[in-house]
Amino acid sequence: MGQSDSRLRITNSDGVAQVRFIDRNILDEANIQQIGDEITQVIEASPAPKILISFENVDHLSSAALGTLITINNKVRNKGGQLRLSNIDPQIYEVFVITKLHKLFEIHPTAEEALGSFRK
Amino acid sequence: MSEASGQPGAGSPGAEHGRSRLRNTREEIEAAENQALEAAARMGYPAASVFALRLALEEAMTNAFRHGHESLPDEPIDLEWSIGPARAEFTIEDRGPGFKPETVPDPTLDENLERPSGRGIMLMRAYMTDVRFNTRGNRVTMVYDRAAEDAKRRAAAD
Repeated sequence: MGQSDSRLRITNSDGVAQVRFIDRNILDEANIQQIGDEITQVIEASPAPKILISFENVDHLSSAALGTLITINNKVRNKGGQLRLSNIDPQIYEVFVITKLHKLFEIHPTAEEALGSFRK
Repeated sequence: MSEASGQPGAGSPGAEHGRSRLRNTREEIEAAENQALEAAARMGYPAASVFALRLALEEAMTNAFRHGHESLPDEPIDLEWSIGPARAEFTIEDRGPGFKPETVPDPTLDENLERPSGRGIMLMRAYMTDVRFNTRGNRVTMVYDRAAEDAKRRAAAD
């Protein structure tokens, strides 16, 4: 898998891996699998990963994508890390509310607020 | 394989219809989905309704391929749609053995919140007015009633 095939843009600042999506729609099963694999690599590369996933520009996501986020959350927690979500479009946030996943994830309106919420 | 027509259907004046036999490729799924959603846009469905229809269609087709065709990866599914000014209806049928939707655990219970799967059907029910499976459980029919959904949205906004 070459860098050019990545479905994500990942930047690091202040010990936090900031993940953004290239696709507006996170629906395709193969893409979702790849996104899960790429974020898992980030989790495995750090002893206590701090990860911010920003959903700016994301218009649609499926329950399979939610499933991958849950798996990522479990992996981060198992390593004693921290996961934050941010910039979720109101229509997509409603999907989190309907599924009650807004209770499982720590969600912030903006990336700045999410970055400020990480414990040292 | 895909066809669409603007012929009025029985009981649904002014509706557009389409029927597709789809293999599990993103291109085929999106082409059929876009035909239906473009019809909804032509009928004046607002963005929130189109979002709901897309979400329900995606979840139903994913279920058909992922679960219905778990052992039949090369088999196609059938999608039929009808979009009228007041009501949209989708039927998705797979060739698998079927399942019992009532056996899918409630994913919103605290003990199931961390399970990575099992949310598709509840999202279909949340975003559509009516969702019914046939007895075998290999065909789902979903209805979106604009008046009912508008009333739901107004009630939620109050």
